[in-house]
Amino acid sequence: MYKIVEKKILNPTVVQLWIEAPLVANKAKPGQFIILRVDEDGERIPLTVAGVNKENGTVKIIFQTVGGTTKKLSCKETGEYIQDFVGPLGVATHLDGLKKVCIVGGGVGCAIAMPIAEALHEMGARVTSIIGFRNKDLLILEDEFKACSDTLRVMTDDGSYGEHGNVTVPLGEMLENGEHFDMIITIGPLIMMKFVVATAKPFGVPVTASMNPIMIDGTGMCGGCRLTLNVDGKKVTKFACVDGPDFNGYEIDFDEAMSRGRMYSDFERHAYESSCNLLNREVR
Amino acid sequence: MAKANMSLTRNAMPTQDAKVRAHNFDEVALGYTEEMAVDEAMRCLNCKNMPCVNGCPVKIHIPEFISKIKEGDFEGAYQVITKSSSLPAVCGRVCPQETQCESKCVRGIKGESVGIGRLERFVADWHNTFCTEEPVRPEANGHKVAVVGSGPSGLTCAGDLAKKGYEVTVFEALHTAGGVLVYGIPEFRLPKAIVAKEVDTLKKLGVKIETNVVVGKTLTVDELFDMGYEAVFIGSGAGLPNFMGIPGESLKGVYSANEFLTRSNLMKAYLQDPETPIMKGGKVAVVGGGNVAMDAARTALRLGAEKVYIVYRRSMEELPARREEVEHAEEEGIEFRLLCNPTEILGYNNPDDARDPKNGFVTGIKCIRMELGEPDANGRRRPVEISGSEFEIEVDTVVMSIGTSPNPLIKSTTEGLEVNKRGGIIVNEDGLTSRNSVYAGGDAVTGAATVISAMGAGKTAAKAIDEALSK
Repeated sequence: MYKIVEKKILNPTVVQLWIEAPLVANKAKPGQFIILRVDEDGERIPLTVAGVNKENGTVKIIFQTVGGTTKKLSCKETGEYIQDFVGPLGVATHLDGLKKVCIVGGGVGCAIAMPIAEALHEMGARVTSIIGFRNKDLLILEDEFKACSDTLRVMTDDGSYGEHGNVTVPLGEMLENGEHFDMIITIGPLIMMKFVVATAKPFGVPVTASMNPIMIDGTGMCGGCRLTLNVDGKKVTKFACVDGPDFNGYEIDFDEAMSRGRMYSDFERHAYESSCNLLNREVR
Repeated sequence: MAKANMSLTRNAMPTQDAKVRAHNFDEVALGYTEEMAVDEAMRCLNCKNMPCVNGCPVKIHIPEFISKIKEGDFEGAYQVITKSSSLPAVCGRVCPQETQCESKCVRGIKGESVGIGRLERFVADWHNTFCTEEPVRPEANGHKVAVVGSGPSGLTCAGDLAKKGYEVTVFEALHTAGGVLVYGIPEFRLPKAIVAKEVDTLKKLGVKIETNVVVGKTLTVDELFDMGYEAVFIGSGAGLPNFMGIPGESLKGVYSANEFLTRSNLMKAYLQDPETPIMKGGKVAVVGGGNVAMDAARTALRLGAEKVYIVYRRSMEELPARREEVEHAEEEGIEFRLLCNPTEILGYNNPDDARDPKNGFVTGIKCIRMELGEPDANGRRRPVEISGSEFEIEVDTVVMSIGTSPNPLIKSTTEGLEVNKRGGIIVNEDGLTSRNSVYAGGDAVTGAATVISAMGAGKTAAKAIDEALSK
């Protein structure tokens, strides 16, 4: 069992938890993920590590309530325990040698982008961050990004905060204006990452995209997280859990990944609704 | 003692009716009664040269335990088996006895061999039901050994060492101990309660089990030595699923057998209202002919599929699954499409509506008919495509069950650990790897094989570890 030592609600649908897991805290690097189960017979879900505290042996996770499992997790309070917590899994984001980097985060993906931006900042790299949200209410981590970015652009789809528009607008402008980046690192909805790649392509800037597909074991055993890369005109199957989660954005078949991501969407909606009812009943 | 039973046929195994069991996850084989077990034991001639023992990878003293059954001393029989095997209730169910101990049985020359596997299962179940005596924890010898993976090889190695007084810790990547016994083999063939019971017995012998530790990630092999372990046994299995590399394998509704079985077994997607989803119902094609393919096909049927096909490129004669499993599958209504090989998986695509929710889901599987050509290097006749013979089978789900490869996680984080070109860890006859005090066994070494051969490897390594550390 793994103890929740701190809980913070970041916005109406996004929750941050610090979990006691010393072995994971000791090893986790930016870009790696963990797999957790809330309770016995619960589903295994992957979540990217949003930060670690080695001294306390704790790991930070930030997640959005989208299905039954994340809903249940969001109802856990400080001092309570979750059943399983394993990691760190996947390959850490390659940051060596990067001097000028643009981080493009969307929605809860910003939570994953955050430790990467921090690590780059500590390395002395120049960090440009573009973070986008649907609206003002969903904004998270603005202060944290401010602290580790040389330039920060906050975007909202409806213009209710920051600048109006999506993240590709300022990215495109900067590239047009001749701004140089060694690498663009993008984390967020698949459709957003697809367009970040399309925006960067004419300028030939390398793009790393962090993928978060459906997984079970996280050690390469099930193959459920497989995605297709187009490498020099050849289709190559990779497992996000062991080969990723980061991949060369230009090689990823985003359309296929989006389709596979919807495999259980009916089930998820049902699980979310039924667990909502269940939890509502418990409250009363 | 009563006279030997000279019947040419063995006592039949009572089973659940095929029509009933096709719709539930309860165990198919129900096990011998005491009378059946004693009657079957009487068929054993107690041969002096014990050919059956030579057929057993863990060298169980078979005639000795069968003699105890003849006397009605079932606990005595258990004590004989447990000297050689840490998992008798498991082996009695999933070992391919027909190609091992039973294939050497003298009674098999004229008539059927003694039902050794069925007797082993009977003895283990009798012990688990009636014996309340706790296993005696041996005196500690002060040595620490780490075991990576809690599948059959790891549990056997841990059990053998614990019995000798070693302080053994097993590190398991998943949340439950048992490895392939819990994620791979379905409930109706090996109830999870039986695996849990065997793991419990090991815990009572002093074995510690640490779940949620991925060696190679959470801890490395070198860190295990830093933590004071004097030897490490790697039994991490053959985790990585193979795919065929044909178009359509990324469509929604295509699973590896590992994923399909893990969702149903480990994650309990077969229960009412599970938290882990799985595609149920409709028509299902399972590609492959091994035991795992049979497990996947029969699981699909029990999950509610209206039709399940096994698609295999050779003929029934070459089909590698155990005969008993094939017969059970046929009785339950699984349809075998033999001598055909998939060339493409077909999916739905609405050209007028990119947002059609049915887009990207499997609709069928395109196959080509095969004929058997000349035997290959292994003596198996090579299947050859018959050109122009393509046809389609309408299905909603495809399960790829065409083998697995060893997991590279440990290799890639353990300097100096040598592997062969298929990724299997290279070991000597004692199970020792290219690294000092690091041993390995099971599918991590051989690639996908049987539970009992993995147990044999765990046993060999335990003996070698004991010899090395007690010097």
